[in-house]
Amino acid sequence: MCDHTFVAITFGPCDSCTLNKPLMNIYLQNEPVNYCSLCVEMMACQGLTQGENLASLKAESEGLKLRLEEERAKLHDVELHQAAEKVEPLGQLVTKARRSLKGHGNKVLCTDWCRDKRRLVSSSQVTEHAVTMPCTWVMACAYAPSGCAIACGGLDNKCSVYPLSLDKNENLSAKKKSVAMHTNYLSACSFTNSDMQILTSSGDGTCALWDVESGQLLQSFHGHSADVLSLDLAPSETGNTFVSGGCDKKANVWDMRSGQNIQSFETHESDINSVKYYPSGDAFATGSDDATCRLYDLRADREVAIYSKESIIFGASSVDFSISGRLLFAGYNDYTINVWDVLKGTRVSILFGHENRVSTVRVSPDGTAFCSGSWDHTLRVRTGRYLSLSDTHTHTHTHTHSLT
Amino acid sequence: MSSNSNLTNMRRSVEQLKLEASVERIKVSQAAAELQQYCLQNGNKDALLVGVPAGSNPFREPRSCVLV
Repeated sequence: MCDHTFVAITFGPCDSCTLNKPLMNIYLQNEPVNYCSLCVEMMACQGLTQGENLASLKAESEGLKLRLEEERAKLHDVELHQAAEKVEPLGQLVTKARRSLKGHGNKVLCTDWCRDKRRLVSSSQVTEHAVTMPCTWVMACAYAPSGCAIACGGLDNKCSVYPLSLDKNENLSAKKKSVAMHTNYLSACSFTNSDMQILTSSGDGTCALWDVESGQLLQSFHGHSADVLSLDLAPSETGNTFVSGGCDKKANVWDMRSGQNIQSFETHESDINSVKYYPSGDAFATGSDDATCRLYDLRADREVAIYSKESIIFGASSVDFSISGRLLFAGYNDYTINVWDVLKGTRVSILFGHENRVSTVRVSPDGTAFCSGSWDHTLRVRTGRYLSLSDTHTHTHTHTHSLT
Repeated sequence: MSSNSNLTNMRRSVEQLKLEASVERIKVSQAAAELQQYCLQNGNKDALLVGVPAGSNPFREPRSCVLV
């Protein structure tokens, strides 16, 4: 369980740019200095080489961008839905609403499932624990892998970790530990494979990796030119990377250890609200204000599918895959959830029921259900199954036991 | 000062683009085939695709039964 004491993180004026930011303690010519992570990166790029100036660099940059496009186009031999022509199409989705969780005093902004148990944490209330945040809007929340703690944050620019306890009388707010500190709102957070590290994304345009115990900044990720709205970690088997999406319309893939931006994708026409890895880790999906969801394959290094319809004009706020990756659930600002066939690119279902924007959609870790949270103050948990086209009977969910 | 940081920014941008251009890529047809294979291999474990047997659905309402 979390220790109650914590070491203050170094947050203050950078010795180089003088802005107040999380600081890295480094040595320059044997002198200890405090530089913000951006200045540390900039230092590596100083020192002009022969004949280099702004104009020559700009030309080189344009040339490289063109080359990147050409290289990607060379391998674009087929569309995903063409390759998937022989796959049996899905029939009708039958869903059953299992739980409708009311009780939020406000809009539900985010949810997370607990890994092993069937618990949900959502923006200001956990089904078995209630934690009151001192700030108005909690925008991000996450369950620790052990299930013993939750992390949340929002307009307070911080990510705090609350240890969970079965004692209902315990004041959990008192045990809270501030772990991350950004210079703008916290948009998303996620524990890495252990309870010991947290990855955060922020309106300040950066993502950062923090040590929970000490609150220290371990690595920071610079590359977005506007607010970062969402992040997702690669499934553990595929290594230490994560993807982030932001208001600069870019989705970036990062190496967690080096802080390097490995790949970048810019095909959306508006803010990317949500990013989610495909279960195998070879691709990821995005949901955007441009009313489309897109699939990007990491090994082909390009966008391979667009999930859109002329009739869908509202932004997608949240996406998640079913555990086989065949279905993509996407929540939209027109109060609906569209379910897409990932391989064929078609919409297979549209789900109604919410009375306001759907802000978050999450499939449970074992894949048996999905939960949608909305600005209508509810969380709805649904299960479902697809009838294959050859199935001619209508399915009903009745039991034939008699009740006492 | 500002022109210096512009220069540094451009240099960072060029280094970044060089890195991205050098990524090893595979053909879309191969990538698509592997995505498809993953879906088909795991499709029968996907409860939202094939459903779960009625008795084992963890979300169904608990009911008490009596033998009549």
